[in-house]
Amino acid sequence: MGTTLAEKVWADHLVRKGGDGAPDLLYIDLMLMHEVTSPQAFEGLRLAGRKPRHVDQLIATEDHNTPTVDIDRPNPDKTSALQLSTLEKNCKEFGVRLHPLGDADQGIVHAFAPILGLTQPGMTIVCGDSHTSTHGAFGALAFGIGTSEVEHVMATQTLSLKPFKTMAINVNGKLPADATAKDIILAIIAKIGTGGGQGYVIEYRGEAIRDLTMDERMTVCNMSIEAGARAGMIAPDETTFEYLKGRPHAPEGEMWDKAVAYWKTLKTDDDAVFDKVVDIDATKLGPYVTWGTNPGQGLPITADVPDPAKIADATERSAAERAIKYMGLKPGMPIKDIAVDTVFIGSCTNGRIDDLRQAAAIMKGHHKAKNIHRVLVVPASSRVRLEAEKEGLDKVFKDFGAEWRNAGCSMCLGMNPDKLVPDERSISTSNRNFEGRQGKGSRTHLASPAVAAATAIRGTISSPADL
Amino acid sequence: MEKLTTLTGVGVPLRRSNVDTDQIIPAVFLKRVTKSGFEDALFYAWRRDPNFVLNKPEYAGKGQILVAGPEFGIGSSREHAVWALHDYGFRVVIAPSFADIFYGNTAKNGVLAAIMPQESVELLWKLLEEEPGREMTVSLETCTVTCGDVTLPFEVNDYTRWRLMNGYDDIDLTLQHEDDIAAYEKMRAEKFPFKPKTIPAKHWPEEQIQSAREPEEDNWAGPLADRGVI
Repeated sequence: MGTTLAEKVWADHLVRKGGDGAPDLLYIDLMLMHEVTSPQAFEGLRLAGRKPRHVDQLIATEDHNTPTVDIDRPNPDKTSALQLSTLEKNCKEFGVRLHPLGDADQGIVHAFAPILGLTQPGMTIVCGDSHTSTHGAFGALAFGIGTSEVEHVMATQTLSLKPFKTMAINVNGKLPADATAKDIILAIIAKIGTGGGQGYVIEYRGEAIRDLTMDERMTVCNMSIEAGARAGMIAPDETTFEYLKGRPHAPEGEMWDKAVAYWKTLKTDDDAVFDKVVDIDATKLGPYVTWGTNPGQGLPITADVPDPAKIADATERSAAERAIKYMGLKPGMPIKDIAVDTVFIGSCTNGRIDDLRQAAAIMKGHHKAKNIHRVLVVPASSRVRLEAEKEGLDKVFKDFGAEWRNAGCSMCLGMNPDKLVPDERSISTSNRNFEGRQGKGSRTHLASPAVAAATAIRGTISSPADL
Repeated sequence: MEKLTTLTGVGVPLRRSNVDTDQIIPAVFLKRVTKSGFEDALFYAWRRDPNFVLNKPEYAGKGQILVAGPEFGIGSSREHAVWALHDYGFRVVIAPSFADIFYGNTAKNGVLAAIMPQESVELLWKLLEEEPGREMTVSLETCTVTCGDVTLPFEVNDYTRWRLMNGYDDIDLTLQHEDDIAAYEKMRAEKFPFKPKTIPAKHWPEEQIQSAREPEEDNWAGPLADRGVI
C-alpha cells in the first residue's frame, strides 16, 4: 500500500521510532521565532546551561507585539518594549538571526519566511504559533508548538510526537469567480467544525486547490488549525517551484535540480489510504462570512443568522445562543443587514500581496462608507508593503480613506495597539472571531479581502457582486 | 517538574464548550517575559462577570480540578494558557476532548488533561453543582476520578501518564537519544544537501521602510460615536 504526502515527510524526518505508546522522535528542519512565545524558552535554556543545537536552523522576527505606526519612534508601551528588547538580547546572546521592526525582511513569521525562500517542500517547520500550518502550502509538515517545545527544539533540533492521522479534503471542480481561497477554508471549517481536524494532518487536494496561487494556498493551510488540525498540506507542483525559484534561500544550480527531483516525489501515492476523506464541491462555493464566536460558525454571505431554536444538538444550540448574544445579532436576520464599524485587511491569513491586490481592485475608485470608522490595511510583511507600494496599491488604499500601516499581526489578536473597543464590530480578513480576540468586547466577522473591501464600500456586510 | 500521582481538591464545573485559549488568557497578558504569576490573567474577561463560576465563594482561589465541555483549549498555541491554569491552582482539567496543542502543553507543565465521555462530564457537573465546593479525587494510578460515591474512568495515554507520575523533563529524555540524532544529521547532510540554512543570511536587496503614521482625525460620526462607544 502506498503512503500519503504527510507520511512521506514524517518518514524522512524520523530520528527514532517510539513504540510501546512512546512518541516518535522527529527531526525539525527549521524553527521560526518571535517575541511572544520565545522569552521563557530562552530563559529555560539559560537556566539549564544549554545552547541551541543549530542556530542556522532558527530565525526570528518581531510581529505580534509591535505597533504598525511610528515604528521609528520609541515604543510608548513599556511592557511591549521590554518583550521586544528581550528578544533582541536573547538572539544576540545565542546567535540567532533576527529581523527586527524596521528591517525590510521583518514581518509576520508566516509571511517573512516564505518570502525569503526558507519555506520549502518536504521540510518540517515549527514555531510557537498555531498558524505555522500556513507553511504546509509548500508541502512542508508545519505546525504550531508550545513554549516548552520551542525550548526543546532549540536544545535538540527534534520533537517528540505521536504520528498524526491523515485526512484528505478534496475540493473538487473549479471555484466560481466570486469565491476565494478564504471562502474555501471558511466553508471547510463550517462543514467539519472546530474539532473536525483534531489529531489529523489535512491534505488539501482537487482542482480548485491546484488552481490556487501560493499566496492563496497559504490562506487555506493557515486556517487548518481553526478546524482543529495542527497541520494542513498541499503537494508541491510547478506553481510551488515557480514561486521558490530565485528567492534568497532557494537552492541554486545543481542543488536546485537535486531539490526539485526530491520535491517531485512528495505526493500521495494513488493507492494510499487516508484515515478520513471529506469532499467539497468547489463549484457551489461563494463568499463566506462568520456570524458567531468561533470560526466554525460561518455561512454563505446570502444566508441568515441562524435561529438557535432550530438547532437540535444541545451543545451547539447553547453555543449559538451565547454567540448571537455576544455578537449583538438577532436570530434570523440576514447577514447582509449587519453594519460594521471597522474593516481590517491583513494578518498571516490574508495580508499577502495577492490579498492586497484583491482588496485594491475592488476599492479602486470608491471611498469608504460613512458609517465605517476606519479601514486598516496592514501588509503581512515589510516586503509585501514595499511590493504593494511599487504597484501603487498604497495610493488606492489612501484614496479610499484607508490607513496604510507597517507590517505585523496588528488587529488580528488584540495584543498590540491595533484593537477594537467594546461592542465595536469588525469585518476582518484574519483567522479568529473568538470573544474579545480583537480587543475586550470586540465583535468579529471573518471574511475574505474581497468581502472586506465590498463591506467597506457599502458599510454593511457585502460581496463584490452587491456593488 | 512536579510529580502528579493522586490529587484531591475542589472541582469546578465549567459548563462551556469550545473554550479557546484567548478566553483562558487574553493576548495582552502574553507581553510578560516570565513563566509564572499568570493566575490573575486566567479567564480574565469571564471573571469580570460576578456570576462566573470562579467568582462564587465556594470556588474563588480554591479550584484545583476543572471540569469543562468538549474542544477545550482550541485556538492559539500559547502555553501561557496552561501556566495560567497551573498558577491559579488547577492541576487537572477534565473534558470530553482537547485541542492538540493545548493537550501537548499540559503534560509539559505537570498538568493532567483527562479525557472523559460527555456523559461522565455531565454527571460530574451535576454532582459538583449540587454541592458547590465539594472535593473530588483524581488518581493517575488507577486513571479514575472519584466524586462522592461515584468513580469514573478517564483516558490518558501511557507515555503522558508515565511522564506526569515521574515528573520527567522532556529535554533530558530526548538527549538520551543523542546517538540517534547525530546519526540522522549525518544522513540528512548526505541525502538532503539542499535544505536551507538561515545563516549565513541571504537577503532581498536592502530597502528603506517608511514609518506609517496615524491619520489626522477626521470628522467621523457613526453608530459607534452615537452609542457613546468612542
